Amino acid sequence: MDVVVVGAGVIGAACADALSAAGLRVTVLDRGPLASGTSAAGEGNILVSDKEPGPELDLALSSLSRWPALVGDTDIEWDPKGGLVVATGDPAPLAHFAAVQREAGVDARWITPAEALEREPHLTTRVTAAVHYPQDAQVQPVLAAQALLSNVRRRGGVLRPGVTVVGLDARGVHTSEGVIACDHVVNACGPWSGEVSRALGAPIAIAPRRGMVLVTAPLPPTVHHKVYDADYVGAVASGDADLQTSTVVESTAAGTILIGSSRERVGFDESIRIRVLRELARKAVALFPSLADVPVMRAYGGFRPYAPDHLPVIGADPRVPGLWHATGHEGAGIGLAAATGALLAELLTGATPHLDPTPFRVDRPGVLECA
Amino acid sequence: MRVTIDGVPSQATPGQTVAGALLAAGRTSWRTTRVKSRPRGVFCGIGVCFDCLVTVNGVADVRACQRLLVDGDDIRTEGP
Amino acid sequence: MKVVVIGGGPAGLAAARAAAGAGADTVLVDSEPTLGGQFHRGDPQRVDPRVRHLANSTVWAVEGMRLHVRTGPADSPSRTGETLNADAVVLATGAHDRVVPFPGWDLPGVYTAGAAQALAKGQKIAIGHRVVVSGTGPFLLPVAESLKAVGAEVLRICDANTGLGWLGRPRAASPAKLAELLGYAVRLGAAWRPRTAVVAAHGEDRVNAVTVAKLNPDWTIRSQERVAVDAVCVGHGFTPRLELAVAAGCVLTDGFVQVDHTGATSVPGWYAAGEVTGIGGADLAAAEGEVAGAAAARGACPTKALAKVRSGRRFAAALADAHPIRPGWHTWLTDNTLICRCEEVTYKDLRAAVDLEASGTRTFKLTSRIGLGLCQGRTCARAAVDIATALSGDRRTFFTPADLQRRPIATPLRLAELASLPEEDL
Repeated sequence: MDVVVVGAGVIGAACADALSAAGLRVTVLDRGPLASGTSAAGEGNILVSDKEPGPELDLALSSLSRWPALVGDTDIEWDPKGGLVVATGDPAPLAHFAAVQREAGVDARWITPAEALEREPHLTTRVTAAVHYPQDAQVQPVLAAQALLSNVRRRGGVLRPGVTVVGLDARGVHTSEGVIACDHVVNACGPWSGEVSRALGAPIAIAPRRGMVLVTAPLPPTVHHKVYDADYVGAVASGDADLQTSTVVESTAAGTILIGSSRERVGFDESIRIRVLRELARKAVALFPSLADVPVMRAYGGFRPYAPDHLPVIGADPRVPGLWHATGHEGAGIGLAAATGALLAELLTGATPHLDPTPFRVDRPGVLECA
Repeated sequence: MRVTIDGVPSQATPGQTVAGALLAAGRTSWRTTRVKSRPRGVFCGIGVCFDCLVTVNGVADVRACQRLLVDGDDIRTEGP
Repeated sequence: MKVVVIGGGPAGLAAARAAAGAGADTVLVDSEPTLGGQFHRGDPQRVDPRVRHLANSTVWAVEGMRLHVRTGPADSPSRTGETLNADAVVLATGAHDRVVPFPGWDLPGVYTAGAAQALAKGQKIAIGHRVVVSGTGPFLLPVAESLKAVGAEVLRICDANTGLGWLGRPRAASPAKLAELLGYAVRLGAAWRPRTAVVAAHGEDRVNAVTVAKLNPDWTIRSQERVAVDAVCVGHGFTPRLELAVAAGCVLTDGFVQVDHTGATSVPGWYAAGEVTGIGGADLAAAEGEVAGAAAARGACPTKALAKVRSGRRFAAALADAHPIRPGWHTWLTDNTLICRCEEVTYKDLRAAVDLEASGTRTFKLTSRIGLGLCQGRTCARAAVDIATALSGDRRTFFTPADLQRRPIATPLRLAELASLPEEDL
């Protein structure tokens, strides 16, 4: 069987990897260079800490266990640094959140403010409570996507950057470089999945949600975990169009510190907004006062693929036989990619899914749009 | 003007940059790179390359070629 | 009518003067303590008293017609902030030296031509006692002269091209230009070596010798010799400083800001003049500044300056034709030659990234770490993309000049500076 995966970001790469491992002939298309959209704009989060019990957490836990085997010896800067969520106000909501996570299988360890400061000596002393999540990890997302695409290439799959998809019919996928015959098509175009789904005649409600990240100059080791304010959890789950920021601070292998995160629904508008950057800076300095004099050398933005109910969309399109979607992972795509690719391949090949696919189905309320 | 460079008192003139003072003192490098510890001093001289960074009055990451000395400045380099 | 001119070199000075002359409320923002830019360094210029001059000031971000400025000592956390709401902007941010990498170019004692010039004219410092000047273009000559003026012995002036190509072009050069060049020839001719280049620098903690090569027309090496030096100065033309133009959304053509005859860019209200629109020297920059400043202020078109712009651009085009960068420099590189000085990315690392099909700017940077350091690719990005394009062979690449210059934070500022921006400045 021949499959065309549209989108060479980490989700498309993971789907292509799983499909080619299952013995299918895979072609990966991208209208631009490989791994250059959302995958090249994120921090590389592989997180369980920010997820409440439910289908997304199940997908995250499955993904976490699958990632290492997928990349083998390839260096993707895998850093099992662990997450540290800190509250500076009332600790009760964080305590409750961690308790229900623990019941769902997350390693969430309640630690004292003193222990938090021991782990992160530069943290503000205003910390009232903290939870340590040893399972949280980080990768360099472009290297991770490339590692998966290398697997595909090694199995004889074809990667075609610079090819735009314009339609789909019985002959196959119509592209800017002609028709590619195939049995199945996977739409893995991240924030652009809505646009591509319309071109394929099966619209789904995926929209972009913009985020911005500040990058500091390289520093001596200063921040050791992925550290975030407990208010992050609320922002991820919110659907407000207005700007939301919550503090996420972490260092990278290159010594820089990444400061996020913001969420805005502004379409594909790429213009910089100083108000957003100021909010990120304010909250980072509040969490790590010693960062005040550190130079900010870069700011960059990206778009997260956003579904109305904040759940990924993984499965067959009920309207167009042979069309599949794997998208809507919002800011969690790197972390969720490994299990997403596995699930999509299981569904497409008729194997038994390793977890319940129902919550991610394409025909759930709010996802299907009228053609 | 009196300034201190790596703890050593020294004279400076108005309009002199930190890099100017370091070069005048015979220093050609005063920083090492993060990965391979390679020596760095002035390269572009006009604020573009960020090779010549020093610490001025306790604040790190100041471009020596762009910063004018003022009386009492305390300049610290990574050596040598 | 508020016109903001960014950059206090020849183009910016002329633009500010013309805008103020046309009655606009004019602000001139310049990062240096005194006006004149790189060209007039050591010889501070004055501007029309009607112009508000913001010295030691840098536009670090652009939002539409709103410019965010920090004023104070370079890189100081105690700078003050200001937001300028412009009706028109003239970008005159100039250019910096372009340097093609070679083995050892990161050794202390290797300087750009601009550094040698700035240190000689601004600080009265010679970069060394025994110096070789290398690169291409007429700028090498005044640099060599400045070096001699502060006591350096200039052993060689190596131009990788013959440097004479433009002489054959009718009407390319004015008599004044020819006289200027003739003067250099008389004073520096003995050291002048066309079609040669420094292709390697040697030393442990600083440069103590260089390899000077005779070159073929494509810049591959014909023969080489070792020359003992204590400093080298290199410049292969100039790279425009484009981050603000890209942040404003201005269309680029051939790596420069695209402008019409009045200096208007593709973005309404944004004008550009001087080296950001093409490399042509101070006289052309000043003429372009005068035209753009008048246009920005909606004043009368200065016809004499416009005529100068037309003839100056012919000369600039001839000059550019005579000083191309030839691909043979790639053969000077070894596996371990650094391309990115900040992140210490080598030629070999770039090849590995190309092998992973990192064919767009963002993925190429994230795969190889090129341009992710403090200089944000200002020094190396052009060379790196040249290399990547060459190594990609027949494979498709997606590099664009605008992507290389995309730095929404145009100059670093401290986190607390950003955090403390007052509400009224947003």
